[in-house]
Amino acid sequence: MRFLGLLRANSWVLVLAAFLLIVPFLFPSLAFINIVSEILIMALFAVSLNLLIGYTGFVSFGHAAFFAVGSYTVGIMLQRLSASLPLAIPLALLCGMILSGIVALVIGYFCTRLTAIYFAFLTLAFSQIIYALIIKWESFTGGDQGLVGGIPRPPINLFGLSIDMTSPFSLYVLIVVAVCVSFLIIKIIIDSPFGWIIRAIRDNSERMNFLGINVRRYTIIVIVISGIFTGLAGGLIALHVSGSYPDHAFWTKSAEPIFMIMVGGMKVFAGPILGAIIVTELSAHLSSYIGLWGLIFGAFLVVFLMISRQGILDVLALKTGLIKKLKL
Amino acid sequence: MAILEIENLTKKFGHVAALSNVTLSIRDGEITSLIGPNGAGKTTIYNVVTGKFPPTSGRIIFKGEDITGLPSFTVWRKGISRSFQITNVFKTLTVLENIRTALIVHLGKSLQFFKPIDHYDDLYEKTLHILKLIGLEDKKDLPCQEISHGDMRIVEVGIALASEPELIFLDEPTAGMNPEETRRMVDLIKELFETTGTTFFITEHDMNVVFSVSNRIIVLNYGEILADGTPEEIHQNEDVKRAYLGGVEK
Ligand SMILES: Nc1ncnc2c1ncn2[C@@H]1O[C@H](COP(=O)(O)OP(=O)(O)O)[C@@H](O)[C@H]1O
Ligand SMILES: [Mg+2]
Repeated sequence: MRFLGLLRANSWVLVLAAFLLIVPFLFPSLAFINIVSEILIMALFAVSLNLLIGYTGFVSFGHAAFFAVGSYTVGIMLQRLSASLPLAIPLALLCGMILSGIVALVIGYFCTRLTAIYFAFLTLAFSQIIYALIIKWESFTGGDQGLVGGIPRPPINLFGLSIDMTSPFSLYVLIVVAVCVSFLIIKIIIDSPFGWIIRAIRDNSERMNFLGINVRRYTIIVIVISGIFTGLAGGLIALHVSGSYPDHAFWTKSAEPIFMIMVGGMKVFAGPILGAIIVTELSAHLSSYIGLWGLIFGAFLVVFLMISRQGILDVLALKTGLIKKLKL
Repeated sequence: MAILEIENLTKKFGHVAALSNVTLSIRDGEITSLIGPNGAGKTTIYNVVTGKFPPTSGRIIFKGEDITGLPSFTVWRKGISRSFQITNVFKTLTVLENIRTALIVHLGKSLQFFKPIDHYDDLYEKTLHILKLIGLEDKKDLPCQEISHGDMRIVEVGIALASEPELIFLDEPTAGMNPEETRRMVDLIKELFETTGTTFFITEHDMNVVFSVSNRIIVLNYGEILADGTPEEIHQNEDVKRAYLGGVEK
């Protein structure tokens, strides 16, 4: 019952999921499924990171570490697990989340010993360690080639039902469901007392120490939650592109969700989602025929931020009450 | 009975001793004021007791327990809360959210992850109660960065007292306030003292405020205690007159 109440309070997630699941039925298009999958995965990545940046006030430049741990865990497990396991895909995704959470705990433990700016530097350093491990540990990770040869997608056997996962559409459904459920859980956490404690840490972490809050401990918890969902995004990308690549751990991968948060907004839950749509769309369209994609995008970002000083939804949230009403 | 005892407390910043061998005790159920010129070390006493930094030497005993060097969040959990001389509120949060933040921790809900915050009736009622107490009910939905300096000072104090601490430190609660706002703050302190029974330890530069609210006054000068007594005694004290009160007296 309580869960239904929470669902009702965040009905936009339901609407989003329903819309995304119905559209491909009406207009079957592989291109649509592909771009929406990519947007959703990157949106989950950005929303997870924003838990740390927008809600807690700590910038991580190394979130690709968790993305890669999720991606490689899923890739390696599915390539090596027996295909007869009934729940191989969900199991691999779950393991990816747990492992990312553990890595986040370790990285968070060390990074929170430092002030905010060194926190950011150290996250970057840690992600480079993960990147180096992936490159060097060739027998396990495929080195700089990545996990090639495709990632098998055995059927999901549930309640005597066997769901074929090889079709792009069933994978798409899995991605939509996984991402929307994650959105819902993260949104619920944001609206909880814990969510309000971390906002207060963002506003004034020093004061929180004098209100009985061990700021370091709460920051680590946020990093772990963020790491877990970033790991899920990484696991989904491995399925989506049917491979795990060192690129998933490279520092530029950490920058992508930061761009999305910058464009879409960080004070509104849906900000990074909008950012993911815009950035992914732009890069899909522009990069195909303009070699100077990075230059154009960078220039766009500079001009945009100079004018707005905030993300799109942050600006809209200030100007209208609509976003608040919709509980975005 | 003493609720807080400070024994031979010394705090050095480099070679400068901000506090030298300070010994004092705060009695339960009183308003004690700490006065002294700028740089005397008043804020440093608060900082050391509330764990912002450890003392160079000395002991701090709260309700018979040694709390020397404990981290700030632990000191708070023991029952000591404080406000700051330089306003230290949550700027983008509303007045209500500021007060509520303190209450989330006080009611032990800071690790609740799944129930929406507006579903906790006790939290909401307590928050409203504090807002009424500090007289900011009508401004509860304004972000703190949009209210007046005086109101922000009140929020500053409100955050500190929301958790019903046993001992509260107010560091220059009327700093930067105009006479009207100062009167409001004094009334608030008196009312809180009468209704909550909290023990107050206040630093204040306005001698009218000090002499009107205090049961006891401690005078600090260059990191050392110069005098300690009732307002009457401090008023008569020749050392204090010479060193400090001199021109300020009415
Ligand atoms: N964090 C600090 N680092 C270095 N010196 C400090 C620090 N805090 C206070 N001091 C010094 O300690 C002395 C006492 O300061 P303070 O306790 O703020 O005085 P008061 O609150 O009585 O005005 C001053 O000389 C001040 O410069
Ligand atoms: Mg001071």
